[in-house]
Amino acid sequence: MRPFTYVRAETLPGALDSARTDNTMFLAGGTELLNWARIGIETPSRLVDIGRLPELHEITPTEDGGLRIGALARLNDVAQDARVETAYPVFSQAILKAASAQLRNLATIGGNPVQRVRCPYFRSNGPVACNKRVPGSGCAALHGANSERFAIFGWTEDCVAVQPSDPAVALACLDAEIITEHGDGGRRIPATEFHTLPDVDPAAHNVLRPGELITGIELGAPAPRSAYVKVRERQSYEYALVSAAAAVEVTDGVISRARVALGSVALRPWRLYDAEAALVGLTPGSPEVRDAVTSGFSAARPLSSNAYKIPLARNTALRALELALEA
Amino acid sequence: MPDESPTPEITVTLQVNGAQSQVTCDVRTTLLDLLRERLRLTGAKKGCNRGECGACTVHLDGRRVNACLVLAASADGREVTTVEGLATDGELHPVQRAFIEADAFQCGFCTPGQIMSAVCCIREGHTGSNEEIREWMSGNICRCSAYPQIAAAVEAAAAATASDAAPVSASDEAPAGASGRTPASTDGRPPAPTPATVTASATGKRR
Ligand SMILES: Cc1cc2nc3c(=O)[nH]c(=O)nc-3n(C[C@H](O)[C@H](O)[C@H](O)COP(=O)(O)OP(=O)(O)OC[C@H]3O[C@@H](n4cnc5c(N)ncnc54)[C@H](O)[C@@H]3O)c2cc1C
Ligand code: FES
Ligand code: FES
Repeated sequence: MRPFTYVRAETLPGALDSARTDNTMFLAGGTELLNWARIGIETPSRLVDIGRLPELHEITPTEDGGLRIGALARLNDVAQDARVETAYPVFSQAILKAASAQLRNLATIGGNPVQRVRCPYFRSNGPVACNKRVPGSGCAALHGANSERFAIFGWTEDCVAVQPSDPAVALACLDAEIITEHGDGGRRIPATEFHTLPDVDPAAHNVLRPGELITGIELGAPAPRSAYVKVRERQSYEYALVSAAAAVEVTDGVISRARVALGSVALRPWRLYDAEAALVGLTPGSPEVRDAVTSGFSAARPLSSNAYKIPLARNTALRALELALEA
Repeated sequence: MPDESPTPEITVTLQVNGAQSQVTCDVRTTLLDLLRERLRLTGAKKGCNRGECGACTVHLDGRRVNACLVLAASADGREVTTVEGLATDGELHPVQRAFIEADAFQCGFCTPGQIMSAVCCIREGHTGSNEEIREWMSGNICRCSAYPQIAAAVEAAAAATASDAAPVSASDEAPAGASGRTPASTDGRPPAPTPATVTASATGKRR
């Protein structure tokens, strides 16, 4: 780990001001950043510890009936907040299926979507071709080991990795917004557009600018009929092979609104918009539901050894929909 | 903005197992390295040093965390409990006793982390069933695969705690509230009373 200067931010304006210095990074829970610094993925010369900014830990109702989650709220606290559990079960479930009990006591909800790909080439200690480590160096993963875990949507030959966050899949499904502040002004970023796809820039991870601070996440109207399903190689404490978040509304016995997002299939949570449109008007449990979900996969493209992920993702989406309808 | 130290050294004050410690260390030092190398508290183990194994689990302001992922600098002013701080007056903590009774280890390397994790698992109320215990203890890997015995030990300790008037946490460390932090919703639920269906001795024999 390269040496750095450690600064503890006491106020939000102070944190933003402090982040104007070159090669400065915010430190929240530290569960990603410390590992990056050890591997050499990042070599910040300054860390601004935002962990004690008092105003960013709260979960508060919004005026339009939603919830605002402060960026520094710990994953365990968000998932087990009674309002989150009842109004957004998909979000609570996605969080509790992430990492472990002790990691979720450190990891913050603002830091979670900023986590990076788990691709072994990206995380390698030695030099390998990876456009996210050294822009322009290529993508060793395209024909390399572990390719069965990689993308089936939105990949290019420049990057085939997937975004591993579980909570981000629920946030995309719920059309949540990520709220930021910056010395030059803040903005609201739709959770569906937070992560950068490789056709735009294979070296980028997300749309945050240097020094841009996530202050919170806003959830809209409650989605009590929602569920998250995570498929992994062991029962707990493992990243997803595929995951699915679904939220539904049923009016007069038919589906009146459906939102479905897949996780670990692309460099961002992948909304199945075509399937969502096809689901409207269908009777829950009818055979057409399967066809409607399948229609969301017309753009899926497998790599050399991950074609299994297409039926797996379809079945995971179907299961999440079923659970959401039962909720 | 407080003092921006131009030097790579930083002075950290911690309340460790009830006693105040002040250490000047390299700014890159993790809480785990500070405990082990500087305070000679080697109970917390360094298994992977990247958050994957749970051998380094300690309590920070009463909550279980991976000490290898905490920068010592960011723990400044906070309370830390390690496995060395669990026993009171030479008397083992009920969870420590339960691990011995259930024979919940083989090589013992993961055990301090398992025990620190288990104390919180019980306090959080995540012991309603064997399955729930296994889920909420999944952040602690056991290379010797003593999982059935570990889950049985947690189940037995939870049952003993539920039937005991004094909560497990009463004597082992200051309540999280004492540090000004809400124990939050993790502690908001009452510990589920667990029937002691699995007795320690019933699963204590390894194949
Ligand atoms: C062993 C292990 C298993 C894991 N398993 C899972 C899993 O199954 N599912 C899952 O979803 N995640 C998993 N994770 C990832 C974990 O959830 C993330 O590391 C964590 O959420 C990151 O949050 P943090 O607060 O620790 O971020 P940090 O490590 O503090 O920061 C990470 C990055 O985010 C930036 N950042 C943090 N907060 C802000 C902010 N408010 N504004 C702007 N930038 C910010 C930092 O500058 C840094 O670049 C796992 C991690 C480990 C170590
Ligand atoms: S040493 Fe900290 S989790 Fe393995
Ligand atoms: S007892 Fe050996 S690692 Fe758990």
